[in-house]
Amino acid sequence: MANRIPRVPVREQDPKVRAHNFEEVCYGYDASEAMLEASRCLHCKNPRCVQGCPVNVKIPDFVALVAQGDFAGAAAKIAEDSSLPAVCGRVCPQESQCEGNCILGVKSEPVAIGKLERFVADHAAAEAGAPSGAAVAEGGKRRKVAIIGSGPAGLACAADLAKAGYDVTIFEALHKPGGVLEYGIPEFRLPKDTVLKREIDSVRALGVKIECDVIVGRTVTIDQLFDKEGFEAVFVGTGAGLPRFMGIPGENLNGVFSANEFLTRNNLMKAFRDDYLTPIHAGKSVCVVGGGNVAMDAARTALRLGAETTVVYRRTEVELPARKEEVHHAKEEGIVFRMLTNPVEILGDENGRVRAMKCIRMELGEPDESGRRSPVPVPGSEFEIPVETVIMALGTAPNPLIARTTDGLETTRRGGLVADEAGATTRPGIFAGGDAVTGAATVILAMGAGRKAAAAIDNYLKNK
Amino acid sequence: MFRIVEKTMLNPTVCKMTVEAPRIAASALPGQFLIVRTDEKGERIPLTISDYDREAGTVVIVIQPIGASTRKMVSDYGEGDCFADVVGPLGNASDFVHMSPEELAGKRYVFIGGGLGTAPVYPQAKWLHERGVAVDVIVGARNKDLIIYEDEFKGACDNLYICTDDGSYGFKGVGTARLEALYAEGKTYTNAVAIGPMIMMKFSTLTCAKFGIPIMVSMNTLMVDGTGMCGACRLTVGGKTKFACVDGPEFDGTLVDFDEAMRRNGQYKQEEAAANGK
Repeated sequence: MANRIPRVPVREQDPKVRAHNFEEVCYGYDASEAMLEASRCLHCKNPRCVQGCPVNVKIPDFVALVAQGDFAGAAAKIAEDSSLPAVCGRVCPQESQCEGNCILGVKSEPVAIGKLERFVADHAAAEAGAPSGAAVAEGGKRRKVAIIGSGPAGLACAADLAKAGYDVTIFEALHKPGGVLEYGIPEFRLPKDTVLKREIDSVRALGVKIECDVIVGRTVTIDQLFDKEGFEAVFVGTGAGLPRFMGIPGENLNGVFSANEFLTRNNLMKAFRDDYLTPIHAGKSVCVVGGGNVAMDAARTALRLGAETTVVYRRTEVELPARKEEVHHAKEEGIVFRMLTNPVEILGDENGRVRAMKCIRMELGEPDESGRRSPVPVPGSEFEIPVETVIMALGTAPNPLIARTTDGLETTRRGGLVADEAGATTRPGIFAGGDAVTGAATVILAMGAGRKAAAAIDNYLKNK
Repeated sequence: MFRIVEKTMLNPTVCKMTVEAPRIAASALPGQFLIVRTDEKGERIPLTISDYDREAGTVVIVIQPIGASTRKMVSDYGEGDCFADVVGPLGNASDFVHMSPEELAGKRYVFIGGGLGTAPVYPQAKWLHERGVAVDVIVGARNKDLIIYEDEFKGACDNLYICTDDGSYGFKGVGTARLEALYAEGKTYTNAVAIGPMIMMKFSTLTCAKFGIPIMVSMNTLMVDGTGMCGACRLTVGGKTKFACVDGPEFDGTLVDFDEAMRRNGQYKQEEAAANGK
């Protein structure tokens, strides 16, 4: 039986060493490890893993090709459904998607689908060198489509439309494309100059143009794109970029940062490198408030900048929304987790700098609307954690700029654009997907939404 | 790439640059700012737009070298050179831009520009002056050599009042003292706008309160992306946290917590000192 082979462990950088550098944590499989791991797949008749994937990558098919050693074939199979495999293999929450559905996981461990996807993407890139343009269909007849935002949703949407023959331009507000893949996810999880750049180059190789430094809604409006620049459809993939704060006293003290600011300085602006001018401040001790992937990224970044780092979360470890692997890595690296703890005030010194965080202990009460047991403060349990820097990683909300500057676009109460399942907004010709619609979610869900919208845009333009 | 078409030193330290940025020039309005990144390793530097020419596709920025990045901008970049990135226009336009001619009629504006803040006053004063609104401008600096934009203002306002701290040119004293003197002479204004160092805007607000003049101030906070994403620019306005980049940069001065804003602007003092030593 194939499942007698245990899951092949993946080689990683020593936690003690990697706690002091920004190089990638995971080394990934080599060819023989990948083939061995791929041989564990049972090739179920009804592959539940595919259903668990938001872009429905044909997982058993590509895994079979890996097992046979046909890595190029495997890459081509994945490329049918995903334009960012090297990214997804690294950052998807596989345990709650493909691998979470793997039948092998019931009695032992699921096939390491994420690690295999990553291997295939990295191997294909190493073999192929620079990406070449894929065959472009005639269907789109070179009609112009604008994509707003070059994050996962925008890149996926752009790639599909370019393959269908459209003339696609992505407008990016920052100076580098990639969205959250560039500014949010750190180097040690997703190397920028190698992996991310390669994936973006492969989208460019399809003929997609990327214009940076354009803030749609300020530099140019959607109406101007339609009326003056000849675009016939627009996809809004602007993500959820606005940081949330707790609204507790002391949050504007010096030394309190949003995770977005901290990570943007470090990732996009490369503050961790001496030869870049952007400053960053972690200091000797850092508390990160929150339990998602962004909180883990911020904590592990602070640790690498030399701070003793603590993650403070109001529920228990079971409820931590972060990927399991990130939590595991963070602990290995020496990050302290204080669960059932919630800040109530940040305390400053006479110069207005953070000196401590006042917290209250929590206990779990009744389940809330998310189905998770909601945390309730324990009266009288306040205590102080002495700390120099506090990073708030409490989630993000969609940026209202596009909705405010475009007539006919409705938003939900939470600020997301109103869009149907296919991505059509309340205004014809404008489509949207990813965090801009749903609020903060995952890279792969955004990609899935981008792909659906691409199909809807194709359909819309064909019938226009 | 964004080419520098003209570079002029306005005084021994302050530099004016006209930069090709057609998309920004096409949509800029008074009160807005932009962000410059000189090169791959540079910071994102927020600068208020000091003029724009829609036809030429250019914008004007005025820079005072204070940190490592602004020093580099002034010393290493000349005519014909390109900045890696110029993005904007960012923030909201001044409130008067959205007023109807009826609302503007009868308004008497006074602008107080301090030091480098004098330059971004110019597109605002010009905009109002071109629409026939009464505009007076008070320009203040430490001494005569540091006065900038004097010639430009001559065609952009009704009265220009120069003042210097040391009395080497014009009125001796700060801008707010000049405003007090104008009120003593019987002048009155319906609206004030102050742009300059935060401490100057704080005192301008206090002086205006004395005369009951509503005042807007332009908050030059720290910033990274300028699109609402990082929250580095947050400040307290009317007891609520606001982001200078998307909610401002102009706010009702009477509602701004200037002391907090000044403290927050010193957030990276240690790191900046280290960078200046590099």
